[in-house]
Amino acid sequence: MPESSERGALTEAVFYILLSLYSAMHGYGIMQNVKELSGGRVDLGPGTLYGALNTLLQKDWIKSVKSERDSRKKEYLITDLGKEMVKSEIKRLEELIANGKRITGGVLS
Amino acid sequence: MKHIVRKPYWDYMKEEAWLNEMSARGMALTDYSWCRYVFTDAEPGEYVYRIELLEHVPTHPESMAYIRFLEENGVECVATYMRWIYLRKKTAEGPFDIYSDIDSKINHYRRVNAFWNVLMYLEFGAALINIAVVVFYILFPPESIYYYPAHTHVVRSSDFPTVNAICAGILIVIGLMFVRLGRPIRRMIRKLKKEKTIRE
Repeated sequence: MPESSERGALTEAVFYILLSLYSAMHGYGIMQNVKELSGGRVDLGPGTLYGALNTLLQKDWIKSVKSERDSRKKEYLITDLGKEMVKSEIKRLEELIANGKRITGGVLS
Repeated sequence: MKHIVRKPYWDYMKEEAWLNEMSARGMALTDYSWCRYVFTDAEPGEYVYRIELLEHVPTHPESMAYIRFLEENGVECVATYMRWIYLRKKTAEGPFDIYSDIDSKINHYRRVNAFWNVLMYLEFGAALINIAVVVFYILFPPESIYYYPAHTHVVRSSDFPTVNAICAGILIVIGLMFVRLGRPIRRMIRKLKKEKTIRE
């Protein structure tokens, strides 16, 4: 069970890294994927990505897997615990969005 | 063609800006050792350069894993010096910032600040030893040893420790320089911390 202190907001970088790793990817793939997902808005620095990957590995939110195509390149994959974290983050974000829309009347109006 | 430029830089941010200016003029850094930059001809603006301070020396397994990770991601490590690494990436592959979020930026600045602090303490520590020698001379001038019994063989130079005094002066100046080098970094850390209270 995750500790209650882990219920805080995920960083944008971590959220998108976790989403990317629903299928196995190596570092460069993650950077490209995050950029694509966010329409070019989130451009992960390699140092930031490296630090985040190591922390996520330590927390068991992701695991490293052997790459089928290139054995020298390390690939990463999200774990069940990681998926749980993404889901609870989505719940949190939905709350933010619902409240934001309700009070401001939505961004389109 | 290779060009060698000898130039001292203390501030890595100014150094990085200079390397990018050189790159814009078609001179791409390919090697560095103390105050010696080796440039090779390249297309003007072909590369973006970044300088980073690692947590460990480049030969440490963790640093090696990190550098390998960078190279897999299109970032080339052209030179290492102490814990500093000189990185470059092709401009065509998009913007190049090693750190893209506030936390990791703060971390890096803290590392740089600690690096200068260690050097500052070393300089001030060495200055203190030299000052102690001078103070000791003033408090206990050599004449006072004339009263020692002959068999104690106290050997002391009777000259004023000029060398120590000069060393102390120089060391203090260098120490103060390290204090100054850390100042913009500490300012950045404060600014980023403030920013962090309202956004990621």
